[in-house]
Amino acid sequence: MNRSKRRTGRRHPLATVALLALGLVFTGGAYAAISSGTAAQAEAEPTSQQTIEEGKKLFQANCATCHGLEAQGTGTGPSLIGVGAASVDFQVGTGRMPMQMQGPQAQEKPVQFTDEQVKQLAYYVASLGPGPDIPEDHLVDGGGDAANGAELFRINCAMCHNVAGAGGALTEGKYAPPLTDVSGVHIYEAMVTGPQNMPVFNDLNISPEDKRDIITYLKYVQDNRSPGGFELGSLGPVAEGLFIWIFGLGAIVAITVWITAKSN
Amino acid sequence: MSTATSPNGTQPKQSFTSAASVYVNERTSLAGFVKELGRKAFPDHWSFLLGEVALFSFVVVLITGTFLTFFFQASMAEVHYDGSYVPLKGVEMSVAMASTLDISFDVRGGLFVRQMHHWAALLFIAGIGLHMLRIFFTGAFRKPRELNWVVGFVMFILAMGEGFTGYSLPDDLLSGNGLRIIDGMIKGMPLIGTWTSFLLFGGEFPGTAIVGRLYTLHILLLPALLVALVAIHLLYVVVHKHTQYAAPGKTQLNAVGPPILPTYAAKAGGFFFIVFGVLALIASFFTINPIWNYGPYDPSPVSAGTQPDWYIGFADGALRLIPPGWEFVWLDRTWSFNILVPLIVLGGFIVMVLIYPFIEAWVTGDKREHHIADRPRNNPTRTAIGAAGVTFYAGLWAAASSDILATHFSLTMEGVIHALQATVIVGPFIAYFIAKRVCIALQKKDREIVLHGFESGRIVKLPGGEFIEVHQPLDEYDRWKLVSYDSYQPLMLRPNARGKITVGQRVRAAVSRWFFEDRIAPVTRAELEAAHALHHAPAPAGELEAAQSSQH
Repeated sequence: MNRSKRRTGRRHPLATVALLALGLVFTGGAYAAISSGTAAQAEAEPTSQQTIEEGKKLFQANCATCHGLEAQGTGTGPSLIGVGAASVDFQVGTGRMPMQMQGPQAQEKPVQFTDEQVKQLAYYVASLGPGPDIPEDHLVDGGGDAANGAELFRINCAMCHNVAGAGGALTEGKYAPPLTDVSGVHIYEAMVTGPQNMPVFNDLNISPEDKRDIITYLKYVQDNRSPGGFELGSLGPVAEGLFIWIFGLGAIVAITVWITAKSN
Repeated sequence: MSTATSPNGTQPKQSFTSAASVYVNERTSLAGFVKELGRKAFPDHWSFLLGEVALFSFVVVLITGTFLTFFFQASMAEVHYDGSYVPLKGVEMSVAMASTLDISFDVRGGLFVRQMHHWAALLFIAGIGLHMLRIFFTGAFRKPRELNWVVGFVMFILAMGEGFTGYSLPDDLLSGNGLRIIDGMIKGMPLIGTWTSFLLFGGEFPGTAIVGRLYTLHILLLPALLVALVAIHLLYVVVHKHTQYAAPGKTQLNAVGPPILPTYAAKAGGFFFIVFGVLALIASFFTINPIWNYGPYDPSPVSAGTQPDWYIGFADGALRLIPPGWEFVWLDRTWSFNILVPLIVLGGFIVMVLIYPFIEAWVTGDKREHHIADRPRNNPTRTAIGAAGVTFYAGLWAAASSDILATHFSLTMEGVIHALQATVIVGPFIAYFIAKRVCIALQKKDREIVLHGFESGRIVKLPGGEFIEVHQPLDEYDRWKLVSYDSYQPLMLRPNARGKITVGQRVRAAVSRWFFEDRIAPVTRAELEAAHALHHAPAPAGELEAAQSSQH
């Protein structure tokens, strides 16, 4: 009796939760709609004055110390006039810039800006002088000819990056990084801009379609595990030799000890 | 063997085994041989099985290799690949490469067998290496086994040849680069270099003949030699008996251990299947030599991180460690000392290892047979020489992966190279002195334990207030292991029959002094008795025995 009386005067215990959920869905949905709207706007209008202004502000706050207020370059950083949007998108988009420290080459680190901010920076720098643009989607989607890409990769890239894209050493502490988790856009941008110690592969050297094939090959290697089992880092005979000495012979010697321990 | 027949002519009921053995024996007279061989004793120690690891891996290599020959085609004719591996579709390559890809992707179980063959080959040579280290450090190469050391070492070289020829067969980018290095080394030799290279490759590198020629070596000549030498090697083991470690009842005249039949044969047979199984597991789970990544050989590309298989690494490393500028033009010819010096140094190193048993026999002047294996500490100079050799080899070996060391430890390539150059040149001396001092210290410790017992951890307060730790004496069985070893003294320089001291003798005396001037002699009976008289006089015998039994 008492219980039923109480019930009639109160809301359902889950009502608060339901209300909260409803509120969150609305706010989140509204936010998502607005933010995706702005992102679409930013990408739709790369050369809009607003994008370039935002990019300039970001540049002056984060990059001007080394590259100069007008990106004209200083003693500690090169001029960025004419490097193009692709260069900025690669360097900032992979976290190499702003640079963590002076060294043989800029190292990857967690990306400091949102995608939108990266694009704003890129279009600001692109507005200073003509240079390679961020590639179109169909060039980096991995839909090309993997066999042609693999051959081009072996001839042009493997001497530094290793045939399986596992990376390799250069002189004086420089190195070619592994390509095992680099996106197609960044691979393309690296080829056209030649970041750090990498040479530039322009469109006369390797055509955009060939670049697409190279990306296709690298995506194939990224997406398909080795048919032979664990790759051991794709490092070749050094990893294989270490493995057989430590784990192969190690296991066998442990077994010999076990066999002879049971002698008596 | 006689078969008993019952008086009325009917055979008594016989088991199938005994009937079959009788049948075989009446036609072959094998019983005497089995009886003799089956009663050979095989001393038991884990390190005595390392040679078997090599042998069993070799058997696995033979079995898997036979399977591979069914499908591999050793031809360098050009074809367009049309198998199932997408990133190579339509690429021009040799038939050798295409058939290896077919083995990997289109022959049922082919990739598994290919990987098992390669892993077993790596384990084969690693097993030989560890087995040789055991033989070296225990002095098991001494008379009468010097020739067997030579046979074994030749097999080690042949195994490396097997490995290298096999590695080159798929005609992929990695192995092609390896062959190019070999070609460069051959061409670097004065006078004969270019001629030899053209003879080997049938013209200018790479030509169209080399894979077929390597295939003949790989599946015909080298395996035949290896099998013959394995037979000789094992025959020697039967003739000489196996060595054993010192222990009571083990002498220079016997071999103590379980007999081959049934115990040892069962164990070894089981061990074969264990080795087979471990290799099968490794081959199932771990990629080796992914030629589909390397692609077909083409003289222009070289991949970063290109190395030979581990056993050739020391030679590759030697080339990497030579400083720049050792190549010059003289008399209108190029003299490549960057290639000649490693060739000469490594050749010298290999010859020294090969003839080491004869050097040591000459230094000691010891003509006796040795069937008791040394503990490494009891021959400090030999152990130290071994440590120096291992350091030298390891430095060269590490240099073959200098680029991988640089990227994986965030070092500069130049820093790695310079550190390894120092390791290869200075490291052996440091290793020599450290190893020798450690051996002598361990010998002193053994001596201390024999004379005064080991620390028991039991602290006793004497009536006068003094604390002492009780040292427990060793039992006789353990003591035997610590006191029974040879200790050589430096040779005395004496005039020969004609009253002269020759230069040879002077050299020999000097080397002998270097070998044996720092020595810890084994404890003699007199020393032992004196020490025991000192310790044991006050201790009641009963307490001593109680202490000993509690220790076990």
